[in-house]
Amino acid sequence: MHRYIVSRILLTIPTLLGAAALVFILMRLIPGDICLVRLGSGGTSFSTQALAACHAEIGIDKPWLLQFVNFIWGMARGDFGISMWSGKPVIQEIATRFPVSLEVAVLATIIAVSIAIPLGTISALKQNTWIDLLVRTVSIAGIATPAFWLGIISILFVLDVSQWITGHPWMPSIDYVPLWKDPIRNLSIVMLPAITVGYRYAAVSMRMTRSAMLEVLREDYIRTARAKGLLEKIIINRHALKNALLPVVTVIGIEFAFLIGGLVVTEQVFNLNGIGRLMVQAVQNQDYTLTQALVMVVVTIAILTNLVVDLFYAWLDPRIRLN
Amino acid sequence: MTIAAPTPPGTAIFTDDAYVAPRGFWSVTIRFLRRQPVGTIGIVLVAIFGLAGLFADFIAPYNPTANDFAAMTEAPSWAHWLGTDQLGRDILSRILFGARTAFVVGLTSAIVGGTSGLVLGVGSAYFGGRIDLFLQRILDIIMSFPLIIMALAVVSIFGTGVQNVIVAITIPLIPRCARVVRSSALAIRTVPYVDAARALGYGHSRIILAHMVPNVAAPFLIMLTSFVGQAILAEASLSYLGLGVQEPVAAWGLMLQGGAEEYASTAPWIAIFPGLAIMLTVFGINLFGDALRDVLDPKLRER
Repeated sequence: MHRYIVSRILLTIPTLLGAAALVFILMRLIPGDICLVRLGSGGTSFSTQALAACHAEIGIDKPWLLQFVNFIWGMARGDFGISMWSGKPVIQEIATRFPVSLEVAVLATIIAVSIAIPLGTISALKQNTWIDLLVRTVSIAGIATPAFWLGIISILFVLDVSQWITGHPWMPSIDYVPLWKDPIRNLSIVMLPAITVGYRYAAVSMRMTRSAMLEVLREDYIRTARAKGLLEKIIINRHALKNALLPVVTVIGIEFAFLIGGLVVTEQVFNLNGIGRLMVQAVQNQDYTLTQALVMVVVTIAILTNLVVDLFYAWLDPRIRLN
Repeated sequence: MTIAAPTPPGTAIFTDDAYVAPRGFWSVTIRFLRRQPVGTIGIVLVAIFGLAGLFADFIAPYNPTANDFAAMTEAPSWAHWLGTDQLGRDILSRILFGARTAFVVGLTSAIVGGTSGLVLGVGSAYFGGRIDLFLQRILDIIMSFPLIIMALAVVSIFGTGVQNVIVAITIPLIPRCARVVRSSALAIRTVPYVDAARALGYGHSRIILAHMVPNVAAPFLIMLTSFVGQAILAEASLSYLGLGVQEPVAAWGLMLQGGAEEYASTAPWIAIFPGLAIMLTVFGINLFGDALRDVLDPKLRER
């Protein structure tokens, strides 16, 4: 097991370096100059000296290789640098935006898991009945529905319902407050996005639960358990579900990692200032340091989640770690 | 002593063909339609939107890009079945033409991304060793990379436009297909008939194309189907963010941008219908994909 863990951890290093190189090169291939935008935004003219000074200040006058080495060395020490656009430390920029995305992702996961596992299991147990058909239809629809459209429709729904009940339309506020400061206001902001995202998420996990359950229920050990006269409840919960959940955990892990950086569209619809929108702004502003740091954060989360899922798998299934 | 020359391929007495009754395209299709009613609903949905896109020029009641300032944000009526948007454009006509954009992007991305993934996945599994390790790392990088940055970079470097949207959507599909295909191909790499092909001295490309690819065809086709749906959704998201197809081209995601939110409470049809079009199309593709999986996966067949 130790050898497996060490080799899996070592394999993450080339992936991280590759992602760093990819974002580094992509950002520099995008035409444009952050200094031109920064200096020209006031509408005034500026000298070439000022432009050169700006380039020197943010360090983009150095050769690419040196810039890349500095970037990697900074990352290795946990120093994310200064945002080229705002001049604030990158870590601070990310820290103010991260909680929103994380909260929506966590809440969406809770919603998805609490819907997907029971419904997926019931669907498998009642295979080919109307319940199964209903659950499958709802889950296929979940995968087919664009989250941003569901967002627009749900906003429309909230507006209409609040208009109908109170006489004037109500919308959750845009300013994010942490959960511990004002839980009600916080939840009113993140609940709708979490539900919209959670529906698709639940649909994916529900399908996985159903197919994994169907496979497990046909195993010999389930027949043995039934032959032993075990209660159906025990067979399902302890023998079947436990084994069927393995692939479901993978799906949940991958989706969660994706949500941290993949909420751009949902954040756009609900006007949330999360990591996704920050990424778009950073690329559009040509803020190299901020974009690079954001990509590294998202990639690290994705890699770590994959690693944890793999290790969890190996821990549960000896065949994997011994191979 | 003479050594018998290897039997040239094609003259083998026992071929797989002996065990499979020859079936034509139509008999396979009719069989599928009869056995998979839910899948048939999917095909019908896809066909409706596919044909709408194909023949949009003939069936659309209005020009999809023509503004009519005398008929802005009009509710659905006999003149405009699905109403008009904030510029007075007929929503039904824009949805019909939007179907064309969606299918062009969806099919191209899925086929290009899927095929590249197939080649990389089978190749990676077949060659194994360092090539496999190297390819897997590259695919890992693309898979963990935030899609939006990739899309933004493609659009910023090459500009917006349908072909660049296709590039942005295709890139992330490649590693996902390669992963699935690779794991299926790994399982058949060591089966006797691949060893036999190797022993006969067949070249790499021949073994990969003639012996391995057909055996990973089932998971590949299922994945290809779901890719079409995912690509359509991705195109809608990118266009909604303003990074995809640009005005005045009719695209479903674009129709939901701007006006849809602004006029959501006064003219909800602007927001509702394009979204429904996306949902029904992808729903149909997924229904078909599920039925295809039931047919192609022998493990599920008995159920």
